[in-house]
Amino acid sequence: MTGVHSLKGEHLQLAYDQRTVVADLSVVIPPGRVTAIVGANACGKSTLLRGLARLLKPKVGTVYLDGRDIHRTPTKEVATRLGLLPQTPASPEGITVADLVARGRYPHQSLFRQWTPTDERAVASAMSATEILDLAARPVDELSGGQRQRVWIAMALAQDTEIMLLDEPTTFLDLAHQVEILDLLTDLNRQEGRTIVLVLHDLNHACRYSHHLIAMREGTIVAQGPPPAVVTCDLVQEVFGLRCRVSPDPVSHTPMVIPIGRHLNASAGGPAFDPAQTPASPLEQRS
Amino acid sequence: MTRGNPRAIVRARVIVSSVRSSTRIRQLRVGLALALGLAVTFSVSVSIGDFSIPLLDVVPAMLGFGDEGSVFVVHELRLPRALAGTLVGLAFGLSGAIFQSVARNSLASPDILGITAGASAAAVLAILAGASFAALAFSAFGGALVLSVAIYVLAYKRGVSSYRFVLVGIGLSSMAVALTSYLITRADIYEAAEANVWMIGSLNAVGWETIRPVAIVLGLLASLALILVGRLRVLQLNDDMAKGLGVGVERSRLSLLLVAVALVAVGTAASGPIAFVAFLAPPIARRLARAPLSLVPAALVGALIVLLADMVGRRAFAPTEIPVGIFTGLCGAPYFLWLLARANRKELAK
Repeated sequence: MTGVHSLKGEHLQLAYDQRTVVADLSVVIPPGRVTAIVGANACGKSTLLRGLARLLKPKVGTVYLDGRDIHRTPTKEVATRLGLLPQTPASPEGITVADLVARGRYPHQSLFRQWTPTDERAVASAMSATEILDLAARPVDELSGGQRQRVWIAMALAQDTEIMLLDEPTTFLDLAHQVEILDLLTDLNRQEGRTIVLVLHDLNHACRYSHHLIAMREGTIVAQGPPPAVVTCDLVQEVFGLRCRVSPDPVSHTPMVIPIGRHLNASAGGPAFDPAQTPASPLEQRS
Repeated sequence: MTRGNPRAIVRARVIVSSVRSSTRIRQLRVGLALALGLAVTFSVSVSIGDFSIPLLDVVPAMLGFGDEGSVFVVHELRLPRALAGTLVGLAFGLSGAIFQSVARNSLASPDILGITAGASAAAVLAILAGASFAALAFSAFGGALVLSVAIYVLAYKRGVSSYRFVLVGIGLSSMAVALTSYLITRADIYEAAEANVWMIGSLNAVGWETIRPVAIVLGLLASLALILVGRLRVLQLNDDMAKGLGVGVERSRLSLLLVAVALVAVGTAASGPIAFVAFLAPPIARRLARAPLSLVPAALVGALIVLLADMVGRRAFAPTEIPVGIFTGLCGAPYFLWLLARANRKELAK
């Protein structure tokens, strides 16, 4: 697998019933790379992902998977090449972790080919990569939010597709598990050349873990490209309406966005806020 | 996948396969135990009655061996009745399991939603018109279909797992019951009495001429259900995930519901609407098999419920017979209330 599959949308208009969320948007997902879609709440990033994943049929425009209209390709065939983790997955009552992850193999099975060693290997390696083997026999309803999220990711991994679309895969996870999941996706990308598209809330994670960043506002793409070239104070102001400073991440050297907020003075070029010189936090001083 | 070291993957495969096979084995055991229980109940049901036949003579009598009296009673009276109960129970149990899984809601069974009531109204119309069994069955299917479409149109708004769905079903169900009552008031007294007994659900009048077609149609529908079960398993997740995994959600849901509606119609046509079997059997089966989807156990539990209720109905106040639907109704109603209360609490907690 070396990113041979291609995914792009042309002149997409995406709408729920009468409410148009994305008016006219074209996008090319770079194959074999990690792409992060960022933007404020309700900017249409999840809608775009749903459109690309064929969950939402565009009113106008076409999504192409490998050059072919995704809505004209048999959906089960699409599912062997393109996998998806939606924002709010749900599990049937009483299902065990191993059984749920195994359901990710559906697109590879048929009436006469039910469960093969390949299926078993895919499920096993997905579960070991997400470290949920110890939970294998547990009912999914009994797990914590973070454990459950890892089960969902394992299910998406078990589907074993070259393109993976993930809608906020790090929600419900603590910081350590967030980083773990993003590292895991990086491994998949580096070792197997998979194309990964993430909707992320955390701009710094997006900068750190993506090759290609798509910033959206009100249903349009405001900027896209490699994070170092794209992420600036002005962009963050435009996309999130947030004052911030951007400085190099001391570890990854990618852009690091530091929000300013209302309570701190960040006169450009002025001395940085130094907790050692201040007896109490500025928030306490105000009260 | 190339990730991870080979030894870890081998260990992982062992864990996955052992967990999956233990689930399988439990399901197989539950299925076998239920089948055995059904066979025993079936034999007891054939054995007891005004003319009692020793349990050991039942199987030979079914095959035509033994004294003439026993063979006659078994062949002409008891066997058709027990077979009808089994078939109808299988149909209701399977139908309920499909409905509840597609809707992802344990309240969404054909009897609660009024689909059975729709089938009955149409079937009563056919009875009053003096129609043949085939016409009655098709009429029941038509009635069930009309009711289902009405629910879909009135209640379907982005998913079906809500109170709205159940409330609309209960409303439509009352309308169908009202229509049935109206039809009966217009009929003459003999036809009305016949329709009334049928409506409570009774295995009394079922003969061989009904059993053969019911068995054939049930076999066909059950095979269709087994072909669709893979899709149903994925549909149980949610619509987005099912689409992502490559299931044509609308089309699969429609085919599954058609099969389930046809199952209800066949069962209802044969015996009348036996209350709460489709509603009760699937959750009992799920609890026994400890699996989220258990179609075969649900069908077996359905058959067991009908046979047991029929036996109690026949013998509890002998020689007066009480229709099977009364007992299933008595057992089902408290569970229904409990489930409503629980769903209500959950909704309030949100």
